[in-house]
Amino acid sequence: MTTIAISPAPVRRSVKVNAAPPKAFRVFTSGMGKWWPKQHSLNSKSAQQDVIVEPHAGGRWYERSEDGSECEWGRVLTWEPPARVVLAWQINGNWQYDRDFETEVEVRFVADGSGTRVELEHRNLERFGDKADEVRAAFDSPEGWNGGLQLFAKAVAA
Amino acid sequence: MAYASRAFSALADPTRREIFERLSKGPRSVGDLARGLPVSRPAVSQHLRTLKSAGLVMDRAQGTRRVYQIDPAGLGEIRRWLDQFWNRALTAFQAEFEEKQEHM
Repeated sequence: MTTIAISPAPVRRSVKVNAAPPKAFRVFTSGMGKWWPKQHSLNSKSAQQDVIVEPHAGGRWYERSEDGSECEWGRVLTWEPPARVVLAWQINGNWQYDRDFETEVEVRFVADGSGTRVELEHRNLERFGDKADEVRAAFDSPEGWNGGLQLFAKAVAA
Repeated sequence: MAYASRAFSALADPTRREIFERLSKGPRSVGDLARGLPVSRPAVSQHLRTLKSAGLVMDRAQGTRRVYQIDPAGLGEIRRWLDQFWNRALTAFQAEFEEKQEHM
């Protein structure tokens, strides 16, 4: 049996914001619940109330729902305000938190004129392939993330 | 949108995994790929079409031959999904600053 090494390119995105790096960093991390698209929630039973990034290496990254329940998303790997934060995205291809699964989201805050260029890289995407068998069954679940996305798509199209 | 389902299903087949692995060493024509595989050439072409529609490989014409290679974006759908997702999220993040400026 051979193993395949798949190394897809990381997802890279960059946006410019009208604030200096310390503020951009603050809004990204401690204000994540304000801007995170609400439909991207792991909790299908209750609406998302907040997304919390604990401000230290090893801190939790999780969402809190209106019913008070919490869902883990990952944790903080590197905490270097105001320049850089690295989060472990531990949501697997089945849209479940999985402590044994980990991809990295690195965000850099680079001063650019009077604002900040925010550069995001989501890497180690090949690790999504490791869970292929578990993933396939869950796609069409109406309660899953996929269902949420369909609702989202409908809202956008409306 | 099915989250990377086609990419995962495509690689669930052992012959397709073998083809994908061969392509990871460099571009190959259908004929090259079929040599040494216990399946017919048309079957290899069919597997390549499946890998292509899953976003895992791409092809180009080279003379009269068709040459296949790994799609550099790899695991096409999952990556595409995350790409769109972060695009949406960062646009919302950016808007957070614009709103605040209007209020000031």
